[in-house]
Amino acid sequence: MKEIYKMPESAFKGKATWKEIPIGGIIPEPATSLRYKTGSWRALRPVLDEKKCVRCLTCWVYCPEPAIERLEGDAVRINYDYCKGCGICANSCPVKAITMVEEGA
Amino acid sequence: MAEAKVLGLSGNEAVAYAVKQADVDVIAAYPITPQTIIVERLSEYVNNGELQAAFIPVESEHSALSTCIGAALTGARVFTATASQGLALMHEILHIASSLRTPIVMAVVNRALSAPINIHCDHSDIMNARDTGWVILFAENAQEAYDLTLQAFKIAESHDVLLPVAINLDGFIISHSLEVVKVLSDEDVKRFLPRRDPVYPIDFENPATYGPLALQDYFFEVKRQQADAIGRAKEVVKKVGEEYGRVSGRPYSLVKEYGMEDAEVAVVALGSSVGTLRAVARRLRKEGKKVGVLGLTLFRPLPREELMKHLEGVKVLIVMDRAVSYGSTGGPLYLEVAGLLFRSDLRPLTLNVIYGLGGRDLRPSDVEAIFDEGFKCLERGRVEKELLWVGVRE
Amino acid sequence: MAFVKTIKDIPKEEYLAPGHRLCAGCGAAIAIRLALKALRGPTVIVNATGCIEVATTIYPYTSWRVPWIHVAFENAAAVASGVTEAFRIMEKKYGVKRPDVIAIGGDGGTFDIGLQALSGALERGHKMLYICYDNEAYMNTGIQRSGATPRGAATTTSPAGRVIPGKLERKKDLVEIAAAHGIPYAATASIAHPIDYINKVRKALEIDGPTFIHVLTPCVPGWRIDPSQTINIARLAVDTLVFPVYEVDNGKYKINVMVKKPKPLEEYIRPQGRFKHLLLPENKWLLDKLKEDVRAKWERLLKLASL
Repeated sequence: MKEIYKMPESAFKGKATWKEIPIGGIIPEPATSLRYKTGSWRALRPVLDEKKCVRCLTCWVYCPEPAIERLEGDAVRINYDYCKGCGICANSCPVKAITMVEEGA
Repeated sequence: MAEAKVLGLSGNEAVAYAVKQADVDVIAAYPITPQTIIVERLSEYVNNGELQAAFIPVESEHSALSTCIGAALTGARVFTATASQGLALMHEILHIASSLRTPIVMAVVNRALSAPINIHCDHSDIMNARDTGWVILFAENAQEAYDLTLQAFKIAESHDVLLPVAINLDGFIISHSLEVVKVLSDEDVKRFLPRRDPVYPIDFENPATYGPLALQDYFFEVKRQQADAIGRAKEVVKKVGEEYGRVSGRPYSLVKEYGMEDAEVAVVALGSSVGTLRAVARRLRKEGKKVGVLGLTLFRPLPREELMKHLEGVKVLIVMDRAVSYGSTGGPLYLEVAGLLFRSDLRPLTLNVIYGLGGRDLRPSDVEAIFDEGFKCLERGRVEKELLWVGVRE
Repeated sequence: MAFVKTIKDIPKEEYLAPGHRLCAGCGAAIAIRLALKALRGPTVIVNATGCIEVATTIYPYTSWRVPWIHVAFENAAAVASGVTEAFRIMEKKYGVKRPDVIAIGGDGGTFDIGLQALSGALERGHKMLYICYDNEAYMNTGIQRSGATPRGAATTTSPAGRVIPGKLERKKDLVEIAAAHGIPYAATASIAHPIDYINKVRKALEIDGPTFIHVLTPCVPGWRIDPSQTINIARLAVDTLVFPVYEVDNGKYKINVMVKKPKPLEEYIRPQGRFKHLLLPENKWLLDKLKEDVRAKWERLLKLASL
């Protein structure tokens, strides 16, 4: 990555000075939101029963984050770093392989 | 210096000619009197194949500048033009164009802001935009309009600046008056203005986010950075003016002066009136009166040192405003100059003149009366009326 | 030849990264993520102010993996015009490769404040796709009514009061407005029909001209629904004929999701807090007007599709 396209680390600590940040408020790196773990928002967490999963990928299609990873062979894995616990995956699973349980339970 | 030409051009035609030679890539503009000739001429150039550019006939000035920003972010060289209500309509976008550091060049054909609706010259349109972070230049005549338009691209696109630049030319007075204009050869312009070398253009290998939301923790830093950039622009304007002088034989400085070395009564003004003031001043000088005229070519950033240098020894300073700052203690230019003076040790008597609103002519006789009042203040040793409205029927 | 036939054909690449601050269950997030599945190469996104723009780009965090521009609220179509034209001319002049350009705006930034810029861009015929994600109110500023708010809905500026029970005006028909410009392609889409939606985006991107897609995106706080119900509500909107899924391909109408046995409107109304008051007997007249809007639109669509 070209040097000017790097966001200084100090920017992510809320410490960057006006001389350090790129001009015009530009965020020159893609996907820096990966550093912001929205998983802490959850009140409910989805739990996947892999034995029931038929690998239809419906949950993967509908996840708004996306916090469901599509793996080899179309298996799925929930990424709890970002999952906000909306429950759309559990609701749309045709074989009810995902259940929503209370976070921290 | 390759073969230059001498053409008969109006101010608007001169701007369009410069834009053509600058080989812009995108023009997005909406017509408004008295700017229309610029866009008409440019669309002729494009449709006749003389200029290879995308001419986008947008549906409003707000969209014109928005379209320009989109184009500028791709790394293209971009131009637009407007006046009065159009400039006012695009106002929110003016701030965004400068904050996003897009080097757009815009010709503003100065016209009064409504109401009442008026199509003639005054500076209320650009004064309404003085805090938008744009570099602001004023032309005195069609030659300057041509020269400054070419310089504007170089200033805007400089990596030390990266800010949009507005070239102002008085509506109808400069825009529509036919004058002798010396134009550079196409080769000279190409050498002076090579293809734009953008910083952070849209790059698919480095996909960036332009124009995010910045909260209380970062907004201030971006703005501080922007203030620094426009401050740095002054040196760039100076350097480009000098370089242009080497190419054209017509060097440009930030401020134009006449008789300021020993002036006792001086006027400072913007735009075409500088010419009228200078013509009268020459006559008064022949009569032995120690008068001086200062014309600002650069208005934003305010050329502080250059202005102050010429004000030493001036006993009465008359600031000419072709716009009003309603409810304040003087017109916009007066407030700028007063601010500068107060920061220095200089304390001339100051007079503010509001003139020419809505295209009311500034006649030589008006100028004589103004200088006359200046000398009266000098005799009295004080100013009786701080603000003079010259030319209005009272 | 459709781009995607089954869910498995949907590309793996994610051009929207998680870590954005859209609400849990946000319909618009799903709409944007799915649209990005249809990208066919270098693409520039131009985003109007609104939920998506604000929540995906809080400095220094951005969720975008493609070049993305935000300028103001009402000018996504104008900014996109500049981007697409600049690349068009730079391809001619300097051989720069020309990307696809997608303008994204909410119903606020499109139906209302952005309508002028949209109309201008469509009339000028630029190569660009405009996607309007419609959550039927100015959601980002706190659920105020827009021209896209359906008749009867309660919003903060059209509250269900004792004298005036919600928005009295009908919903603007934006695909009709777009189609009236004579553009090559305009369509509605539903996040509950993802394959149809993704294919429409791809089809639009392949057209050398202005295209428009209107996708309904249920809003958890604004519609007052459970976050897990977003897709269900989107599906009910189609099944009750409230939001028909159709396309206008060079003036020819085609209904993509033919609903043979439409469900009663009450099934759509009941789970949404914003419509609850319409089930009260004193507001039946307003509910009936909404039913009439839905019926008239569907009838008209059937006629147009048969031409």
